[in-house]
Amino acid sequence: MDLHVLWFLLLGVLLAGYGILDGFDLGVGILHLCVKTDTERRILMNSIGPIWDGNEVWLVVFGGALFGAFPSVYAAALTGFYLPFMLLLVALIFRGVSMEFRSKHKSPIWRNFWDISFCISSTLIAFTFGVAVGSTLSGLPIDANMTFTGTLKDLIRPYHMMVGLFAVATCAMHGSIYLYLKLEGDLQKRVHGWMWRTFGFFIACYILTTIMTLVLEPHATQNFKHYPISWVVVVLNILAIANIPRAIHLNRPLYAFISSCCCIAAFTFLFGVALFPNLLVSDLNHQWNLNIYNASSSHLTLLVMTIMAGIGMPFVLTYTAVVYWVFRGKVKMEQLTY
Amino acid sequence: MFEDVVLLSRIQFALTIMFHYLFPPLTIGLSLLMVIMEGLYLKTKNPIYETMARFWTKIFAVNFAMGVATGIVMEFQFGTNWAGYSKFVGDIFGAALAAEGIFAFFLESGFLSILVFGWDRVSPKVHFFSTLMVSMGSIFSAIWIVVANSWQQTPAGYKLVQHLGMTRCELTDFWAVVFNPSAMPRLIHTLSGAFVLGGFFVMSVAAYYLLKGRFEDFAKRSLTLGLIYAFCASMMAGLAGDTSARLLATTQPTKLAAFEGHFKTEKTGTGLWLFGVVNDKARRVEYGVQIPDMLSILVYGNPSKPVAGLDQFPEEDWPPVPIPFAAFHIMVALGGYFVGITALGLFFLWRKTLFQQRWLLWIFVFSVIGPFVANEVGWVAAEVGRQPWVVYGLLRTKDAVSQSLPGQHVLASIIAFSFVYVLLFMVWLSVLHSKITHGPDFSTTAPPQTVDPKGLLEIAAERADPSGESMTLAKHEPKEGN
Repeated sequence: MDLHVLWFLLLGVLLAGYGILDGFDLGVGILHLCVKTDTERRILMNSIGPIWDGNEVWLVVFGGALFGAFPSVYAAALTGFYLPFMLLLVALIFRGVSMEFRSKHKSPIWRNFWDISFCISSTLIAFTFGVAVGSTLSGLPIDANMTFTGTLKDLIRPYHMMVGLFAVATCAMHGSIYLYLKLEGDLQKRVHGWMWRTFGFFIACYILTTIMTLVLEPHATQNFKHYPISWVVVVLNILAIANIPRAIHLNRPLYAFISSCCCIAAFTFLFGVALFPNLLVSDLNHQWNLNIYNASSSHLTLLVMTIMAGIGMPFVLTYTAVVYWVFRGKVKMEQLTY
Repeated sequence: MFEDVVLLSRIQFALTIMFHYLFPPLTIGLSLLMVIMEGLYLKTKNPIYETMARFWTKIFAVNFAMGVATGIVMEFQFGTNWAGYSKFVGDIFGAALAAEGIFAFFLESGFLSILVFGWDRVSPKVHFFSTLMVSMGSIFSAIWIVVANSWQQTPAGYKLVQHLGMTRCELTDFWAVVFNPSAMPRLIHTLSGAFVLGGFFVMSVAAYYLLKGRFEDFAKRSLTLGLIYAFCASMMAGLAGDTSARLLATTQPTKLAAFEGHFKTEKTGTGLWLFGVVNDKARRVEYGVQIPDMLSILVYGNPSKPVAGLDQFPEEDWPPVPIPFAAFHIMVALGGYFVGITALGLFFLWRKTLFQQRWLLWIFVFSVIGPFVANEVGWVAAEVGRQPWVVYGLLRTKDAVSQSLPGQHVLASIIAFSFVYVLLFMVWLSVLHSKITHGPDFSTTAPPQTVDPKGLLEIAAERADPSGESMTLAKHEPKEGN
């Protein structure tokens, strides 16, 4: 197999893995302020306590893999998104330490501060990723030297904001279903209502984003002509979305959760279809697109990275599964650590 | 100055990496000690070792969270501020970062959850295995990042290639990159630096408890373990550092000259400055004491063979001498101090009077600052000493920066990071302080303060159901006043 294509796919896998895994813990963060009492907030944080850090590693590895496989893309994208990215980094810092520090002192001011910081940073992270996906889809002002030449204004367009909002909605829905799985009793009953509301928000954003993509970014759908098989994913995606309310209604939260995981994987796949074989599209001149060939590392590096991924990823998947198994079941009051 | 993107980006990199590097060496050093403690618990079944492992795991978790949070910045900063660098070395450096993610970060973060949250969910053996994996993960992480950094110091296994109109490094030999000339000595030196910090940190807290008369059995065992560990690590750091420094004469002569403030090559042997102040304008070291011919002896084993000074190299390739000189000498002096003070501690331990030497315990309490400083200045010496190159001999720092980046944006991010890091630093100190004053949790029934060590052990051993114990902080009040 062509290693360039393989790494395009592997990056997609890492991105989808990040979206699915960190998606639900970002969602828990977004919903965090919806509960008011201290104990309930602790329960929410502890529902993701043992796993959020591992989930975030998918992002870090995605960054490393992008750097290693397509260094020019890594350089151009991060320089181009400089200020949004710095905002994202600050949000990632705050989110991590919010959970770690929140319950370490008793003062209500201290705890409220970290609660609010946890919620805002989680929302900002989801939103910024959405904006990044949106601007990547619509293209960036990239010159012949693979350098971003635009300003902040090029990154803040209505379409990008819409995708950002869509990302927040997706995470919120994904997170509420996860919470429904992990909680019990009265709190779980309330989360049932959240699932419906976040699903409504999600479906509205989904329809709007789809329409805006078709109207504003026609090039995003061109690949469907070359790869008609992609339509299968579109159909599966719609089925997965439709299955979420069905599963909630039948009180089968695990099916709903699997469906929302599939949705995120499908969105990532469609994002990849829209881009392929490019990674960054120049809206100045299509000759200057960064694609999987002109932006990649040497063949040997791609080969070495493929071998490393081949050795490493089976282990990663195994112990990720072990960790989720160890921490299966409902969050118990007496086990609160955060 | 606000338009100088190179300078601003360097300031930002220095700020973010130096803040980040407060935590990784501490977690690397502590995690190995935790492995030893849990290993002792499995071997002896003495519950005091479990109490120790649990307590230090809590301290570890706080620092690990800080390390992760500040480390994400590092992962992406190569792209945001150093696009030229990323494009030039991505073929090699990027692959090392990806390897770090796949082999180290997943391992660490996966097993960390069992380490911190899994005490009551898995058997002691599985828990020990998790601690071991976290420790291995942190060491793997150090391996990849030090290999990548060492490649910047002594590039190997690459070729320069024209790629779409720009020059870049491409991989030719993966193992030559991994085992580049400086990689192994620098790796051992870096890891020992981390172990020294872990040891001194445990010594500091344990000595504090002893001085306050709290948790005596816990503190004595922790102090003993920390002391032996810190002594071995200090010796190892010294040996590996010596190898590393002598290697510079052939691999990075300008860095060695900067470390020694060595501007002018002599006809005969070169001396070694014990201390001094560099006068950059006059190009000499002032107010210092020098051992004649010593550098020649250390490098070549020959007192009359001169070591190359900076005058042998074009001035545009000189590092800014005062910073690496000062940083290097502070590090070496601290290294000597670590060996000396731990050897003294071991002497009293052998004489069985260590715990009565209150003056020495007080010194241990404050000595923890030493390894923090030594780890930081060691890297300052290594990185500033490499200037003006970012990849030695291949890419200059000024060509590595992101070309299209406006200075105001970098200034804005520096201000943001400074604000955030000052806040985090204070929070970190406050949380550590409360964890340390709270102390280890022995049992939920008896106040350990009022019992002698033997009774304490019995109480800990009698603890009927360990699953009743959670790591919840708010659940346990400090059990005694002083």
